[in-house]
Amino acid sequence: MPAVSKGDGMRGLAVFISDIRNCKSKEAEIKRINKELANIRSKFKGDKALDGYSKKKYVCKLLFIFLLGHDIDFGHMEAVNLLSSNKYTEKQIGYLFISVLVNSNSELIRLINNAIKNDLASRNPTFMCLALHCIANVGSREMAEAFASEVPRVLVAGDTMDSVKQSAALCLLRLYKTSPDLVPMGEWTSRVVHLLNDQHMGVVTAAVSLITCLCKKNPDDFKTCVSLAVSRLSRIVSSASTDLQDYTYYFVPAPWLSVKLLRLLQCYPPPEDAAVKGRLVECLETILNKAQEPPKSKKVQHSNAKNAILFEAISLIIHYDSEPNLLVRACNQLGQFLQHRETNLRYLALESMCTLASSEFSHEAVKTHIETVINALKTERDVSVRQRAADLLYAMCDRTNAKQIVSEMLSYLETADYSIREEIVLKVAILAEKYAVDYSWYVDTILNLIRIAGDYVSEEVWYRVIQIVINRDDVQGYAAKTVFEALQAPACHENMVKVGGYILGEFGNLIAGDPRSSPLVQFNLLHSKFHLCSVATRALLLSAYIKFINLFPETKATIQDVLRSDSQIRNADVELQQRAVEYLKLSSIASTDVLATVLEEMPPFPERESSILAKLKKKKGPGAGSELDEGKKESGAELNGGVEPTASTALTCWGSGLPPPTSSTVPTSTGNLLVDVFSDSASAAPGLAPATEDNFLRSFFPLGDTVSLFVCKNNGVLFENQLLQIGVKSEFRQNLGRMYLFYGNKTSVQFQSFTPTVTYPGELQTGTQLNIQTKAVDPLVEGGAQVQQVLNIECLSDFTLTPLLNIKFRYGGALQNITLKLPITLNKFFQATEMLSQDFFQRWKQLSQPQQEAQKIFKANHPMDSEVTKAKLLGFGCALLDKVDPNPENYVGAGIIQTKSLQVGCLLRLEPNAQAQMYRLTLRTSREPVSRHLCGLLAEQF
Amino acid sequence: MYLFVLVYFPEVQFPLTFCYKETISERNRNMIKFFLMVNKQGQTRLSRYYEHVEIQKRTMLETEVIKNCLSRSKEQCSFIEYKDFKLVYRQYAALFIVVGINETENEMAVYELIHNFVEVLDKYFSRVSELDIMFNLDRVHIILDEMVLNGCIVETNKNRILAPLLVLDKMAES
Repeated sequence: MPAVSKGDGMRGLAVFISDIRNCKSKEAEIKRINKELANIRSKFKGDKALDGYSKKKYVCKLLFIFLLGHDIDFGHMEAVNLLSSNKYTEKQIGYLFISVLVNSNSELIRLINNAIKNDLASRNPTFMCLALHCIANVGSREMAEAFASEVPRVLVAGDTMDSVKQSAALCLLRLYKTSPDLVPMGEWTSRVVHLLNDQHMGVVTAAVSLITCLCKKNPDDFKTCVSLAVSRLSRIVSSASTDLQDYTYYFVPAPWLSVKLLRLLQCYPPPEDAAVKGRLVECLETILNKAQEPPKSKKVQHSNAKNAILFEAISLIIHYDSEPNLLVRACNQLGQFLQHRETNLRYLALESMCTLASSEFSHEAVKTHIETVINALKTERDVSVRQRAADLLYAMCDRTNAKQIVSEMLSYLETADYSIREEIVLKVAILAEKYAVDYSWYVDTILNLIRIAGDYVSEEVWYRVIQIVINRDDVQGYAAKTVFEALQAPACHENMVKVGGYILGEFGNLIAGDPRSSPLVQFNLLHSKFHLCSVATRALLLSAYIKFINLFPETKATIQDVLRSDSQIRNADVELQQRAVEYLKLSSIASTDVLATVLEEMPPFPERESSILAKLKKKKGPGAGSELDEGKKESGAELNGGVEPTASTALTCWGSGLPPPTSSTVPTSTGNLLVDVFSDSASAAPGLAPATEDNFLRSFFPLGDTVSLFVCKNNGVLFENQLLQIGVKSEFRQNLGRMYLFYGNKTSVQFQSFTPTVTYPGELQTGTQLNIQTKAVDPLVEGGAQVQQVLNIECLSDFTLTPLLNIKFRYGGALQNITLKLPITLNKFFQATEMLSQDFFQRWKQLSQPQQEAQKIFKANHPMDSEVTKAKLLGFGCALLDKVDPNPENYVGAGIIQTKSLQVGCLLRLEPNAQAQMYRLTLRTSREPVSRHLCGLLAEQF
Repeated sequence: MYLFVLVYFPEVQFPLTFCYKETISERNRNMIKFFLMVNKQGQTRLSRYYEHVEIQKRTMLETEVIKNCLSRSKEQCSFIEYKDFKLVYRQYAALFIVVGINETENEMAVYELIHNFVEVLDKYFSRVSELDIMFNLDRVHIILDEMVLNGCIVETNKNRILAPLLVLDKMAES
């Protein structure tokens, strides 16, 4: 065969490709490509009709250019013309171009459909396959409309060629995915299932994919596929290695088909029929046995294909989770792979074993491999394999091996890759808490975590250790002693200082009896770290100092001196300065009793689920960490008191819970905060009593529902309080939108950790309705500055709920938490549609089913001004249609709601009755929830 | 009491497409998301996407994918977790074949699928080289389309994979 170009070698194409290869630079390549594009364009536009061969050549060139990453915006028409050629070679290249370059939204689909229709009817199997491939690859709604009834017929017809059946099966799969409503189930269901019995393996391979997809939606209709799949699998597994001829791959009979059949079986529970189940268990045993047999070939392809089947079989065994014998055998087999020389096998074995660890039948068997896994964590050269090993250790951890696993993970952490450190820190923190038998071990572990990987210890982790210490009085003395020792280190991590400050401030008295850790020693130790710390930590330390004054009256003079020093009382940071001033005053004015009440020991925290676990789940996506929650029944969380540190409470209660320093934010204050502190009962002392800033905020800045203000307009002020102003500007086109949010800091103080996040309530969480993309903003917002955030919005399908914007930031150390609704409502995706009176009535009549209409009759809330009403309707997004309604007082509008998955046509009619000061609003759309929702939104506007 | 005048709207059909046009999102459905051949210089030699990806994003994705593959040593495994899917790759001389799959797909089966594909190419081109692939892009596409359709493995038998192509060559010769 020719070495360079096979078949009807196209010289021009070969020359072009050679030219591109010879290009020395990217610029030269682009130049050459542009030249070629111009050439082809002129050829296509030229007067001379091109013959099929030339068209084919140019289309090939375009394909090549597209591959190089250049968009092709012409040539589609020529490709479509090639489809109707009678020459297979030309037709083929036409179809290729279309399936590579045309997406399902193209306007050419109608023309393509025509060509497909002809080819399907041609009864030429090669042409039919091309046409079916094209549908399977492009698969638009319009194609589904045209061929949804034809394709199943081709698939199950007795006289269809095998290769056509294969293409038809995957074609039908595509149509079903695109438009399930158009693919009628029923008459052909059982015949599709019986394709599993087809004597042709290729047909079975294609049919399994189709059935796997269909049975997920209609498990009952396809139930019979289980027994058929089992018998097919059984025949393959027990066949001699040469029986299946061309479907045997390196002595393994039909590996890919076996994998697919095993995957299909995972859509169903274990078979109920004893005979079927027996046969399946036999199959699975055979597969496990084969793994132990000497290989039939030394080639790696042989063992790879065998193992592909084995891993899928193990997945099925885990899915059933009912055969202890098989589970344990699977585990032993994977155990062997853990030490295999092939990295791929070790990786897959670790991954697969991770799921085995959650089964009660195989959990113990998995645990026997702990040494190997620990070794893998230490010695594997591939970070992804090490990551799997860490996952597996986490999954196999229980009370018996927790100490070993945690200590191994800790020592791994010292050398771990940066990319996985944070995750390992979270895992260690969770395991340590969950399986802590004595809490001194827990405290040691977390402090070790901070020492080894302080940068990766998130707030959740250190809040948590403090809360556990506060809730458990048996560990408080030990904790105080340990942090005291940890703080002796010359360089300790800031997180350690935070934990140390907090714990000594609360429980320093428990170790004060020892002269080596006398109150003054403790204070000096803490204060020696003070100047190296950030503002937040310094604020926390100042609180620790005032607590010291209460715990140890003998330190009062020293601490007062510190507070009185210029570096505190005149600190440039207003939060620190205020703390210094207030604490100094508090310590000098208040009587011992008042001081003792105000600075009382923290009350226990309310108990909730660990937020660390939530964080890990978030990091790993759904399903991660679930082994711990559901898989194993031991509930360590109860033992340790399962205290919950929501980030905000932990902060407010202690670290920085003082109200914002400027008096303007606290209307009740008459200027001096201290007056309030003392005049009210001690529990009202806002800084030290556990009041959440949530209440604080809400009481001063009640949040109204501003969304209705933005239904008919896109720009304005979304939110404003004494600290922050949020402006919004937005534009929407089709199903896309862009929203600019402007956050203005109204104070003269920097906001820290400023994090606005979009959250989705209710149905929006599914991610199938709205997609909002945004980038984080700079966490520091200077006083008086404004930052901008852009949200890119995509409407995927109709929705009724409103996404939320949550803004968290620290203002002078106090955490502020604001949640408001984003003004993104369904009507933003309205596209106005002009139409004539007659068309309107036609469509109106068409939408006459009762559920398509929504109507509201309501009293006018605003003066009934016709110009205002018009502006509002236009702002709502629909087109106002003149001279449609016979009554000129009425308003009639039309538009299409554009979403990614569907378009909903909307007609509306608003009838004012000036005499009664009332309106009647009627909406008709093809979707009931849309009618109701839009009607509700619009009715609030008048 | 009648507040409003009822209007008579005449009865005529209007096209369905006006109010209803639906396509289900293809996200997370396909088993194989894309099939790439990229050489060590980062030049794409073949790309086939089984879900729609914008051309700009394709170029970026291909660059990142090859960067990921090149940074790995022989001792590392052939599976890379990448964004929300996995890459399975094999290297043949200076050419990488990289397949993007979703979580549920069997890595080892895809790994061998790549080899099977290369063996088919070898059989057709009698010892395939990067040049063969460049100069016969259309034929490589045909081979791949016979093996993988719509993200699913459809045929693994070498003779049947090559059958349509041999018909094509015969026609071209005559």
